[in-house]
Amino acid sequence: MKATTIYWRVYVALLALAAATTAVAFVNLGVLSAPLTLLIAAAKTLLVILYFMHVRFSSAITRLFAGVAFAFLAILIALTMSDVLTRGWLPPSTPPVPKSARSP
Amino acid sequence: MSDTRAGVAFPFDDPLQQREAATLGMWIFLAAELIFFGGAFVCYAAAGYVHGADFARASNRTTLPLGATNTAVLLTSSWTMALAVHSAHAGRRRTLLGFLLLTAALGALFLALKGTEYVEDFHQGLLPGRDFRGSGVERLFFSFYFVMTGIHALHLVIGIALLLALAAIAWRGRRPLPMMNVFENCGLYWHFVDIVWIFLFPLLYLRGRHV
Repeated sequence: MKATTIYWRVYVALLALAAATTAVAFVNLGVLSAPLTLLIAAAKTLLVILYFMHVRFSSAITRLFAGVAFAFLAILIALTMSDVLTRGWLPPSTPPVPKSARSP
Repeated sequence: MSDTRAGVAFPFDDPLQQREAATLGMWIFLAAELIFFGGAFVCYAAAGYVHGADFARASNRTTLPLGATNTAVLLTSSWTMALAVHSAHAGRRRTLLGFLLLTAALGALFLALKGTEYVEDFHQGLLPGRDFRGSGVERLFFSFYFVMTGIHALHLVIGIALLLALAAIAWRGRRPLPMMNVFENCGLYWHFVDIVWIFLFPLLYLRGRHV
């Protein structure tokens, strides 16, 4: 396929996904709302990276570096959110009772 | 620059190897940029989780029509940028110049619309500070909004400057276009800035529309 044909199709797909994410935002999907938004954004990102940024046709080492960049981003997000999301899971710890206040 | 007649700089054996190194170097820079923006995004995610629905409702005070138009403008600019890089590889100077200037114009249109939006936000008292009109959570949301869109806009200003420099390089044409890696690398940068907006738009403008 000609490169310009690919670019044209990717562009139309990107616009369609942008319209889809806007339309879906007005529907109350509860807990699915955020994952769906991120899924559409990830799909658009993948299209841009693979075709506009030529990663699909790049050498293995370029693909590796692009992949590692996102892997580190995933670590950043996972470690931070593992703190924020789990704070309510345990009951608040009670402060230790000082020795002098203990009954004999 | 110690270019030989073949257009290959000193440590490289051939143009292909040189291009490979240039692309790889650009990706390392973009990886750093990704972590830079990622820090802001992860703080935003944490704040959004902590404040829940209040945070989502705060996002409804953004101007959706302008944000949506800007999304279309930026996606279009990414497409014209891809076509510019394609023309450079094909060695078509006139087409390249046209697409570079068109991409720069679309970038400028984005900034103009963003500026209009900032003015509107300012008049509605959404700029965090003494005259902010809204709740504490709204103030937090708009702090994120201005910092993240502001850094993104700064990246676009740099991108437009790069495009104009590229247009000058293409215009002078000292070396054969397919031999030059600047077009490809600036293209990578422009697409990266587009990707940042792909996430900023739904997260900042669409978060609370269903609430």
